[in-house]
Amino acid sequence: MQYLAPQTLDDAVKALASQPDAKVLAGGTDLLVRMRSDMIHPDVVLDIKRIDETRRITQEDGGWRIGASVSAAEMGENAALVADWPGVVEAANLIGSTQIQGRCTIVGNLCNASPAADSVPAMVAANATVRVVGPEGTRDVPVQEIPVSPGKTSLKPGEFVASVFLPPRPERSGDAYLRFIPRTEMDIAVVSAGVALQLDEGGTCTAARVSLGAVAPTVLLVPEAADTLIGTKVDEPALEALAKAASAAAKPIADKRGTVEYRVHVAGVLARRAAVIARNRAGGAS
Amino acid sequence: MSKVHVTTSINGDPTEFLCEPDSTLLDVLRDELGLTGSKEGCGTGDCGACTVTINGRVVCSCLVLGAEAEGAEIGTIEGMAEGDKLHPLQQKFIEHAALQCGICTPGILVAAKSLLEHNPDPTEEEARYWLAGNLCRCTGYDKIIRAVLATAADMREAS
Ligand SMILES: Cc1cc2nc3c(=O)[nH]c(=O)nc-3n(C[C@H](O)[C@H](O)[C@H](O)COP(=O)(O)OP(=O)(O)OC[C@H]3O[C@@H](n4cnc5c(N)ncnc54)[C@H](O)[C@@H]3O)c2cc1C
Ligand code: FES
Ligand code: FES
Repeated sequence: MQYLAPQTLDDAVKALASQPDAKVLAGGTDLLVRMRSDMIHPDVVLDIKRIDETRRITQEDGGWRIGASVSAAEMGENAALVADWPGVVEAANLIGSTQIQGRCTIVGNLCNASPAADSVPAMVAANATVRVVGPEGTRDVPVQEIPVSPGKTSLKPGEFVASVFLPPRPERSGDAYLRFIPRTEMDIAVVSAGVALQLDEGGTCTAARVSLGAVAPTVLLVPEAADTLIGTKVDEPALEALAKAASAAAKPIADKRGTVEYRVHVAGVLARRAAVIARNRAGGAS
Repeated sequence: MSKVHVTTSINGDPTEFLCEPDSTLLDVLRDELGLTGSKEGCGTGDCGACTVTINGRVVCSCLVLGAEAEGAEIGTIEGMAEGDKLHPLQQKFIEHAALQCGICTPGILVAAKSLLEHNPDPTEEEARYWLAGNLCRCTGYDKIIRAVLATAADMREAS
């Protein structure tokens, strides 16, 4: 195996394009586990942490650009980012332990393509995009289009993600992410839900995005669930309808972590609770 | 496989080493540099026995490549005591009998020191969350948490 640590995006793209069996290394909290348990043996590990652009959190067009090497801990320490997108940051800060937090990235979480990845439903609800760089140039892609099945992404050979963009947070809007795990720390989501919504001056919901994790091969964006909120005050009847729609969209498997029935039910419960938090953050009635 | 040449700083000492590109920082510390205080409990990021700091942040050294240490400042358990003078956390762990076999102890001490640097007055809950990635299979967490909180109280008084 060869270890490469290019200092520019261009050099990284060139190296990746010429090495079919290269793996991108960000925080390594998935990649090194898989290498060490003999699941993969890449010829090249390409560390992107020396590339300046990937290390910054910057305000851009009223939103936030978060480089692909920024750790979850660094996100949590950025008060202005936390104020704009508390749900996304909370989701990132749920990943692993303090030790994992110091290394793990939300882009690594996304590109690992686990259906249970914690930051992904929150990014999907936030309508985040990623900036993909590759031999063909640069493209911006909605987060939900990156994972295609467990462990697989839509990235083409030679491509990698340079950064995530969180759009400007609209007035009177809020986001939230909740997961269910059997313990309080260090576990994989059995079900999770992300909600981002916007209210008008009278407290009526004008826009919403609802996402679910760990209930399908990829994180789901559920427009039918969002529709139950739009036009309402996110009150009891709307929350009831939201829970039903979220449960209906959940298509989980049964495993030792939870049965199908259980996951379907909890998907509704979490969507509803996340919607209440998002509504309160947006300044709506509590 | 050609070796990687790495220049780094460990516990404040400039250090150079050669490592295989796929060696972990933990392997380098233990096998190349003889710093065997950091332990391998799991090798998969779950137990925290391998905890070190990189540029002031606690990480699992089993999930870091040695090559990634280039230009970084690494802190290990060997840097905790000053000569014969134990760090207050080390002293309190002895007083509170917060260790038995000791495998988890170096990682817990490094993580706890970092906690007190970030937060000199943690609540019990904050301390438990901070140390949730450090597993102990013999002592139980009560004595460990009490030793950490008692150290925090002492250090606040002393400062
Ligand atoms: C003890 C432990 C606990 C964990 N707990 C959780 C948890 O609670 N929730 C959770 O969701 N996950 C958890 N994880 C999994 C992991 O920490 C996360 O998925 C993390 O966000 C991965 O980020 P990373 O930067 O470490 O990724 P890496 O390991 O560096 O990369 C992950 C994958 O993505 C690819 N990749 C990385 N960056 C890019 C990029 N910029 N462009 C293209 N491809 C890229 C890599 O090649 C690799 O295949 C845990 C892991 C451990 C070891
Ligand atoms: S040995 Fe590194 S976390 Fe267990
Ligand atoms: S003292 Fe033995 S594992 Fe903690």
